[in-house]
Amino acid sequence: MLEGTTAEIRERKALRVNPVKTCQPIGAMYAALGVNGCMPHSHGSQGCCAYHRSHLTRHYKEPVVATTSSFTEGASVFGGMSNLTTAIENIFSIYEPEIVAVHTTCLSEVIGDDIPTIIKKAAEAGKIPEGKTVIHANTPSFVGSHITGFANQCEAFVKYLAEPRQGEEPRKMINIFPGFVDPADMREIRRLADDLGIEYLMVPDASDVLDSAYDGKYQMYPDGGTPVAGLKMMGENQLSVGLGPLASEPALKTIAKKCEQPTELLELPIGVSATDAFVNSLRLAAGVKVPTEMVRERGRLIDMISDMSQYLHKKKVALFGDPDHLTSMTRFLVEIGMEPAIVIAGHPGKKWEKKIREIAPGAEVRASSDMHYLHQWIKNHPVDLLIGNSYGKLVAKAEDIPFVRFGFPILDRVGHRAFSIVGYRGAMRLIEKMTDTLFDHTDRLCPDEDLELIQ
Amino acid sequence: MTSHDIQVLQDREKQVWTKGLSKDFTCDRRSTAGAVTQRACAFCGSRVVLYPIADALHIVHGPIGCAAYNWDIRGAQSSGSQLHRNSFSTDLAEKEVVFGGEKKLEKSLLELITFYRPKAAFVYSTCIVGLIGDDVEAICRTVSKTTGIDVLPVDSPGFKGTKKTGYQAACEAAYRLVGTGSTEGIKKHSVNLLGEFNIAGEAWMIREYFERMGIEVVSTITGDGRVDDLRRCHGASLNLVQCSGSMPHLARLLEKNHGIPMKRVSFFGFEDTAQALYDAAEFFEDPELMERAQKLVREEIAKYAPQVKKFRRGLKGKKAALYVGGAFKAFSLVLALRSLGMKTVLAGTQTGSAEDYEQLREICDDGTVIVDDSNPLELAKFVLEKDVDLFIGGVKERPIAYKLGVAFCDHNHERKIPLAGFAGMVNFAEEVAQSVLSPVWKFVPRRNSSDQLGPEPTSVKGVSS
Repeated sequence: MLEGTTAEIRERKALRVNPVKTCQPIGAMYAALGVNGCMPHSHGSQGCCAYHRSHLTRHYKEPVVATTSSFTEGASVFGGMSNLTTAIENIFSIYEPEIVAVHTTCLSEVIGDDIPTIIKKAAEAGKIPEGKTVIHANTPSFVGSHITGFANQCEAFVKYLAEPRQGEEPRKMINIFPGFVDPADMREIRRLADDLGIEYLMVPDASDVLDSAYDGKYQMYPDGGTPVAGLKMMGENQLSVGLGPLASEPALKTIAKKCEQPTELLELPIGVSATDAFVNSLRLAAGVKVPTEMVRERGRLIDMISDMSQYLHKKKVALFGDPDHLTSMTRFLVEIGMEPAIVIAGHPGKKWEKKIREIAPGAEVRASSDMHYLHQWIKNHPVDLLIGNSYGKLVAKAEDIPFVRFGFPILDRVGHRAFSIVGYRGAMRLIEKMTDTLFDHTDRLCPDEDLELIQ
Repeated sequence: MTSHDIQVLQDREKQVWTKGLSKDFTCDRRSTAGAVTQRACAFCGSRVVLYPIADALHIVHGPIGCAAYNWDIRGAQSSGSQLHRNSFSTDLAEKEVVFGGEKKLEKSLLELITFYRPKAAFVYSTCIVGLIGDDVEAICRTVSKTTGIDVLPVDSPGFKGTKKTGYQAACEAAYRLVGTGSTEGIKKHSVNLLGEFNIAGEAWMIREYFERMGIEVVSTITGDGRVDDLRRCHGASLNLVQCSGSMPHLARLLEKNHGIPMKRVSFFGFEDTAQALYDAAEFFEDPELMERAQKLVREEIAKYAPQVKKFRRGLKGKKAALYVGGAFKAFSLVLALRSLGMKTVLAGTQTGSAEDYEQLREICDDGTVIVDDSNPLELAKFVLEKDVDLFIGGVKERPIAYKLGVAFCDHNHERKIPLAGFAGMVNFAEEVAQSVLSPVWKFVPRRNSSDQLGPEPTSVKGVSS
């Protein structure tokens, strides 16, 4: 189906063909769903909200609930104040959330709706019930990507809810901003923190919301999610650790300023050294020892890498997706002897490009790019493995490249919902996925006499 | 959460109606601000209708999201060109929002048309384009002139309304091509199929029925569509319109300006498919045609009815809920479910009209709840209240049904097997049976006498529990 793609690369300035990113509001919606009892509210046309809910549902295979201001032509001319005020009133009276997280869309951004004032007026008019909260994040769809939207929503949690420290001493507790990762990854990050025996608050936490267990009921607000009370106490804690610079940096900067709290910004804990960095950061801050079992877990990962090293060595890999994921994945590939050949992000950023070039010198690196370019480049420089979200299957099929699904969205496989890719165990899963895919491909195509039973 | 804990939004009371109980019913209104509506926007409506025109270029003029979310999400199959399965976007950024996106659009169009040489190009306007006031029409005209390829603006900013508004804009855009091709060689006995999206190849099955009857299908406008077919579709003698939401506007334009009558049909279920073929045959007043139609129906039913019957035993008496986009599909589903021995206890649509609901009310049994523009809470409430066994809907409804422990059948664009026509009825019965009779539902707590984790523990001698 991509037969129209040619090897001849034309420099394009004006357009995107087959994007590797989507827009801010969906990231904000995902982040908001990770707060307990939170109703994400899309301030724009109802299509935005429907698209985001459908897209998240396709990835997580879970019901996704959010409300919309249902803009009309009138609202687009006169502003969305009355829509948002009515919406706030309706949401609290019918859906009874603890908190409403409003995010904007391109429409309300261009109109220039002043959301904080609208929220203030609604509160003054008694439309926000006692003890309930409305917060907002600006998420213009024409800036950045879905990762920016996630980051802005996380920052809004801090901006609206975190209070400067009241106590003399900070609490022995660490805020962990997990970045735009799957619920299974958030669960695994929590497990690592639990095994280290530290106290922490994860912001946001979509586990038990978007991977909730089956119980025969429909819960509009599943049991999971960061409690609002916890968010209000964020400022009391000793440290904030942010994972994934693009997704977590704005929240860290704001908490550092607002609550004078130390912060540490790390890469997503994908692969050996990135997980080491995360474990070390928690260990040092909390003054704990890494338990023997975790040391063994790491040892089992290294053992697996050494067992498989001959099959991974110098294999050329094409990667595409979101910058935070790509940074850690590129580092991991280099760690295990593979060769990142091309790394493509849809999200803009020269700084990120530079970082990837440092990790993988010689790789073709592009931010603000798309799948069409990736495909054309691969036609000129064949690779052994393709890594990225579900859209990659189009290129994988066209070029017959072994393909590992990684990132967001994954619309056609089930594993990401249950199994993490972060931490030492996650790295083992990635090795399994990569080698399985490479071996399956060879087994299917090789002549009978070359079929290997033992690998 | 029990069904009594869930209320119907006060503002929506008149959009919920129970046969035999309620009086007033309202539909066709805007969603209440703050509601969790299952509806989408005008842009979405336009995009999904024109998407299956496979040899045209479809470019979304707006920020990236609008293009990303509908990239290759519909299973509308093409027998040739796959150009429509790419996602083209002007990816508007802050600069264009301030200074306008016209230049970027023009450049994008020129680059794409030079590269792909499509038969025509559709340019979809999004919310932001409607707001910053790009003169999309003028750009399209200029590019058409330079390239010699028809470039058609689709006036579809999201805020203009629901998908229904977008359908209208799509029909207007498509209509610009109508009448620009030669109708030479089109047979007297000829039809256009409107509103058939060729999901999982359904249009091919339906086309084959007409060919067997001796009727030429000039164009299937919304499924495996081709620009050149659209150009000459005014040469057909009759328009058969499926999907009540998307295509009536184009059919009306063809009726008004080209004198082509339209008939609403459905190709879902034995009864409706047969009726559609008979309606077409009747229209041409050719007894031979009718004979061939009757023969075809006899043959097909003889072949497939016994297969459908096999599923009836397991499904008899089961209760179904349906929530679909347009109402016409709902009618056929009620009948098809009835033929499987199942009862529809909840029926709703996103965008049905007053006329549609009137008809829906007529064909439903007493006690059936009918909803317009519903939301997850309401749907969950009625599913529990009516103790539903099967839910038929789209992507947003699937996980809700599963969470409630209810079987699900996708009757939207994500379905993978053809459900239309006679063979499709067998597939439908099979799909329904696969889900309804799945052993997984025995784990549903409310269908289970005990709420224990797993089976009741059996006591072992000598071990106290």
